[in-house]
Amino acid sequence: MTTKTAPQTVAAPAAPSSRLSINLRQSGIYVAFALIVVLFAVLTDGALLQPQNISNIIVQNSYVLILAIGMILVIIGGHIDLSVGSTVALTGAICAVLTVQWGLPWPVAVLLTLLSGAIIGAAQGYWIAYFGIPAFIVTLAGMLVFRALTLTTLGNQGIGPFPNEIRSLSNGFTGGYLGNIGLGPLGGADLVSLLAGVACVAGFALSQWRKRAARLGYGQTVDPMPLFVLKLVGVAVVVMAVVVQLARFRNLPWVLVLLAALALGYSLMANNSVFGRHIYSIGGNLQAATLSGVKVKAVTFWVFVNMGALAALAGVIFAGRLNQAGPTAGVAFELDAIAAAFIGGAAVQGGVGKVVGAITGGLIMGVINNGMSLIGAPSERVMLVKGLVLLAAVAYDVWTKRRAS
Amino acid sequence: MSDEILVMRGITKRFAGVTALHDVSLSVRRGEIHAICGENGAGKSTLMKVLSGVHPHGTYDGEIVFAGEPCAFNGVRDSERRGIVIIHQELALCGQLSVAENLFLGNERARRGFIDWNRTNHDAQALLDRVGLRENPTTQVNDLGVGKQQLVEIAKALSKEVSLLILDEPTAALNDDDSQHLLDLLDGLRDEGITSVIISHKLNEVTRIADTVTVLRDGKTIETLPAKGLSEERIIAGMVGRDLEHRFPPRTPDIGDEVLRIEDWTVHSPAQPDRVVVDNATLSVRRGEIVGLAGLMGAGRTELAMSVFGRSYGTGISGRVVKDGAEIDTRTVQAAIRNGLAYVSEDRKRYGLNLIEGVQRNVSAAALDKLAKRGWVNENEEFSVAERFRRSMGIRTPAVSTQVGTLSGGNQQKVVLAKWMFTDPDVLILDEPTRGIDVGAKYEIYSIINDLAAQGKAVLVISSELPELLGLCDRVYALSEGRITGELDRAEATQERLMQYMTRGQNS
Repeated sequence: MTTKTAPQTVAAPAAPSSRLSINLRQSGIYVAFALIVVLFAVLTDGALLQPQNISNIIVQNSYVLILAIGMILVIIGGHIDLSVGSTVALTGAICAVLTVQWGLPWPVAVLLTLLSGAIIGAAQGYWIAYFGIPAFIVTLAGMLVFRALTLTTLGNQGIGPFPNEIRSLSNGFTGGYLGNIGLGPLGGADLVSLLAGVACVAGFALSQWRKRAARLGYGQTVDPMPLFVLKLVGVAVVVMAVVVQLARFRNLPWVLVLLAALALGYSLMANNSVFGRHIYSIGGNLQAATLSGVKVKAVTFWVFVNMGALAALAGVIFAGRLNQAGPTAGVAFELDAIAAAFIGGAAVQGGVGKVVGAITGGLIMGVINNGMSLIGAPSERVMLVKGLVLLAAVAYDVWTKRRAS
Repeated sequence: MSDEILVMRGITKRFAGVTALHDVSLSVRRGEIHAICGENGAGKSTLMKVLSGVHPHGTYDGEIVFAGEPCAFNGVRDSERRGIVIIHQELALCGQLSVAENLFLGNERARRGFIDWNRTNHDAQALLDRVGLRENPTTQVNDLGVGKQQLVEIAKALSKEVSLLILDEPTAALNDDDSQHLLDLLDGLRDEGITSVIISHKLNEVTRIADTVTVLRDGKTIETLPAKGLSEERIIAGMVGRDLEHRFPPRTPDIGDEVLRIEDWTVHSPAQPDRVVVDNATLSVRRGEIVGLAGLMGAGRTELAMSVFGRSYGTGISGRVVKDGAEIDTRTVQAAIRNGLAYVSEDRKRYGLNLIEGVQRNVSAAALDKLAKRGWVNENEEFSVAERFRRSMGIRTPAVSTQVGTLSGGNQQKVVLAKWMFTDPDVLILDEPTRGIDVGAKYEIYSIINDLAAQGKAVLVISSELPELLGLCDRVYALSEGRITGELDRAEATQERLMQYMTRGQNS
């Protein structure tokens, strides 16, 4: 063995062809999303991209996207959670009881609801992680049990109406604190929203720039400058386009602010935290992770606790949006969340997946839903298309993997 | 011509730009045992896949003549119809099914679509007798050991009226007894007129059983030699293309004080809690020392190592683990790592690596905390650590982000070693560190092990290959039926003496 400690200035470059195909596989989902958006923009004569419609897509899909964030972590860990739809219903009911019937202040009620979601997750996580029952079985049982508890709590009727604060978390918009600004032919737009958008883009660019500089400092290969700039500009254009449209309508939906924070936080957690890395290693090879000293049971347990808490958050938002907690809330939400994760590039065996991918997967389904209803397609056809898209996305993933090996 | 049952001429096979076989020729005489030797990646398995139709006709160049007729197989079924049966390295048995069901899978003893169980079990019994396997045909395959499963595979081949039997690394996972039995069986089949082609890394077996040896290197036929009087060194010379006089890198041991002592270690089987797997074992390793642990399969070597390392195996464990004079906690993997132990498992794909992640994330997997501040991983540091190991250990990979699953066995093993070296252990337990690795990469692994010892680490090596233990270790313990039956210094250790200890039973 030659123990050379040469300065690490040159990193081995990957073969160009393999690098391209890796990029294609990772970016396939975003390309597909862009194509679907363009397709429906054309089919709907641009109605898809109207300010109000963009706002609708975000608000209508927010709870599924929140569930998808939790679900992708569960799936990366090599598990599944079928109970989240019922958990949404039960936690919505809990929130309704706390606010409407007990009259607790809304922040306390929301916190208690999130806590109850975490307890639901912990209860399931215990059986999965420490008792060793497959998650499919435990959460299938949970799906029935929590639905039953919802019905017990609510009887056959809904509870409402919710306090305004909870409703505005689901349906509301940021205020026009600084007034409007004219955007020429686009008309007036909210200044705060625009500034928030600019701040986001600037923050993103700055963090990417610093990341690139640090990687260069360590002698790693990075995207060449033109490609790097192109990617930044691409992200900036998309973000600003959405923000401008929203600013022209009714400012930023609160739920979008929440989603952005969750997406950022969970992406960082998955990629850069020890906990997140442990989830990937458990899903990638359980035995190897165990023998590497990863606390497999604890990590699995907390992944389900987290799923429960996020399901509770989705439960609050869904109930707030309908302004009542109903016994049939959240039916089949687990399927949407699971589909979002798999469309977004997760692998059935675990170990693979990205938070941003799951969100994109959820948005793909959201745009299909919205676009098809704009052109007046019946709901059974929407279901058909969503099913085929799920199959196609996973087939593409399997195909690229097979070609790579 | 009729003397030759199989002639392959000018076989060339390419995979996406890589030439796996280049103008390879092979001719096998009727009724002989023909061994194919070569390093990993030399093209042995690919050649056999071409022959058996796994790579169908048209995906390769060249011709195959079997029993005087040219062949164009489109799949395994075609080749099996002609009497060519291949038994792959990874056994293809359904563990949940019975022996008899496996024997006639795809070839069921049935009447109008309904299985005739009496005939199935009767015929199965006859086949099992033929291969000398004394098991009930209704036994579930999972309940058999690997050696017996291998015999089931051969019995399955016999049920198809085989005339050419191909075995890919048949004894790789077998202990010496089972290997012995298998080789005797092949001898017997030769007398019945069945021709065998075996691919093997175990050259002592090759020189013992084969009539002819063909050596492949880098996808080319190097030579075909009569096996009579052929030495292992001669075959190795052909395999590596150089005279490998020194299979082991030179080393001057610098041995210090005792680092680790395992005292009165007893472990029971988790499946049968009243069965003792490791019986009151005591052993020690010193600083800078490489200690071997020899034993036949089932002697309890891996069980001993894994039970010490975070109680990853066994129940009813008792005994003490003492490091630097003080007893340490090894009850969890985390505690074992914290106390400076590292365990490189015998099965790197199952227990060692996350094959779908890159080199970088595998190297850091056991010591992520060293790269993290308040729970957040510094990926740049992680990259340079991986890059450092890539250079110092010579891990051949396009980049440290490359998926580990795409690397060769030797390079995968280096990644596992790097992972544990990064935990900065004082004691490394290496379980079969060169299993399934070609000769050249073995040499590199030995160099790494020597380096670890030179750095003052204590190294415990478990190996099934006695020459490896003798070439590498300063001291060797022999383990038999869970008990330490002997301890030999480098000077006094020979294969014969070790084997005596390794086969010493409870009553001697």
